[in-house]
Amino acid sequence: MILLAEAQHFVRPPEWTWYIVPYFFLAGLAGGSYFIATLLRLWGEPSDEPAARVGYYAAFLTFLPCPVLLTLDLTQPLRFWHMLWNTTSGSEGFNFKSGSPMSVGSWALVVFGLFATVSFLEVLVRDQKIRGSFAGRAVRLLDGTAGRLWIAVGAVLGLFIAGYTGVLLSVSNQPVWSDTWALGGLFLASGLSGAAVLMGWLIRFRHDAQTSAPAIGASERWFQILELALIAAFAVTLFQAGAFERAFGYPWVLLWVVVLVGLVGGLSFRTARPTAGADGTVAASRVHVATLTMMLVLLGIIALRAAIIFSAQ
Amino acid sequence: MAEIVPGQAYGFFTDTSVCIGCKACEVACKQWNMLSGHEPSFIDGFDNTGQLDQQNWRYVQMIDNVPDQTLGTGQGKAWLMMSDVCKHCQHASCMDVCPTGAIIRTEFDTVFIQADVCNGCRNCISACPYSVIGIDEETNVARKCTLCYDRLQGGMEPACAKACPTQSIQFGPLDELQQRADQRLADLHSQGVAEANLYGRDQQVYGGLNAFFLLMDKPEAYRLPNAANATLPGRNNAGGWLTGAVTAVLGVLAGLIALRRRPVAPPEPPPTETPPSAEAEAR
Repeated sequence: MILLAEAQHFVRPPEWTWYIVPYFFLAGLAGGSYFIATLLRLWGEPSDEPAARVGYYAAFLTFLPCPVLLTLDLTQPLRFWHMLWNTTSGSEGFNFKSGSPMSVGSWALVVFGLFATVSFLEVLVRDQKIRGSFAGRAVRLLDGTAGRLWIAVGAVLGLFIAGYTGVLLSVSNQPVWSDTWALGGLFLASGLSGAAVLMGWLIRFRHDAQTSAPAIGASERWFQILELALIAAFAVTLFQAGAFERAFGYPWVLLWVVVLVGLVGGLSFRTARPTAGADGTVAASRVHVATLTMMLVLLGIIALRAAIIFSAQ
Repeated sequence: MAEIVPGQAYGFFTDTSVCIGCKACEVACKQWNMLSGHEPSFIDGFDNTGQLDQQNWRYVQMIDNVPDQTLGTGQGKAWLMMSDVCKHCQHASCMDVCPTGAIIRTEFDTVFIQADVCNGCRNCISACPYSVIGIDEETNVARKCTLCYDRLQGGMEPACAKACPTQSIQFGPLDELQQRADQRLADLHSQGVAEANLYGRDQQVYGGLNAFFLLMDKPEAYRLPNAANATLPGRNNAGGWLTGAVTAVLGVLAGLIALRRRPVAPPEPPPTETPPSAEAEAR
């Protein structure tokens, strides 16, 4: 390990900025939502199925902008497919470099997109938003073991795309990013906590999903504790490398305050609580608190990524 | 100049002890490679180039070490001048991380960015420890020194080496250059210039550099990472993935605990559609 005050960085910043921050954020939510939905479906009660469907909807909708953002960030956007296909004359073929997280991540994103889309269509059919005998027959292919295997693989991919972005930053020579090993775990943990908060808030709008609120609420707390632990690990590794001031000094400390407020808010007021009373009515104040908490936590997750991405550049 | 043969490793030996800071290398490079350059701006001392980037493939660093008080002769150290360039590393960080395969090693063992393959992801910029690569404003792809790949293919030496009036920049087969550098270092040491050292001649820095240097001070004085800090981006692969995997396992455990130990008894749900697993069993 490079010791305090010995780390040298003469590298130029890659100027990954405004397309990358929302991409990292949404990839975390998409992967995390798919993972939580799969947990609910595979290991939850039968009554957790509606909440699982909310998760698959959320995974697909948060995933959709991701390839667009990544493509727009390229200085040659029409060559986005060069990530997957080598166009070098004489060496044409698939591109896959296990040592390059960007290369591995590009493939993971494509494959996860397939899983997220299929699961999205599946829940649309099961919720009878898409009708027809063909749709019914197609969805029946995902019953039983095949369906369980499908979503299990999708969940692993979801975890991967939620976390690989942190490894991608670390595999560089940039200050802050390359001075720590914690970013992959940190981005995954914050993606999971964001997804739990988002799902906790979304199930309020689906009455039959609210039975899962206690489980999602508990997972929110666990994921946030995990995120807090990894923020601490991130800070310690930066301190050892002499890069702490760069990531946590002014003005980035302001973003870290937003991160902290989001975490404290999330730990204090869970978004996932049953909203409707016994008579079916909903207290407006409960909805407002939950919405505010959800926004604080998600804002904190964006701030975390922004602080890490911008402070290094 | 002997014939340039594909399959043999070529490079630069830049002897900074004889660099006079004339910038002929910068001019020749821009002229041959049709680089428009940036607006000149006087930065510090005699430097009006600033850095290596997409427009500056050669950059003469002028490091002002002139003492405030006259102490004696400078022995060539009052000003450190060094014509910096892409190092064409044996373990090239840019090539390791490039996801498109745009960065290749040529038949002359140099590192080359294919403009028609690069898609401008800028991963190479975040990886290059020498801050060499930049995005060209016209073509929107990453660019850097090609070691005059087109000239080598035509049997000509690179433009900068040809233009250098003091032979500070020497081009040739790598093994010949290394022998020449060893001899020059021995000569300087025998003359009492103990601070002279070779940078990138051996494998301590990125497995050896095809463009290596004789320096008159420690590498940090020239903004070059020393051997202890010459790290590859891939060093964080194992740690990064491992932390992600451990976090994923903890995430699964946290999720399962949350599912099994629900803190609040759920309210009675309204009748819902049968879940898919039950549907399958019913069939």
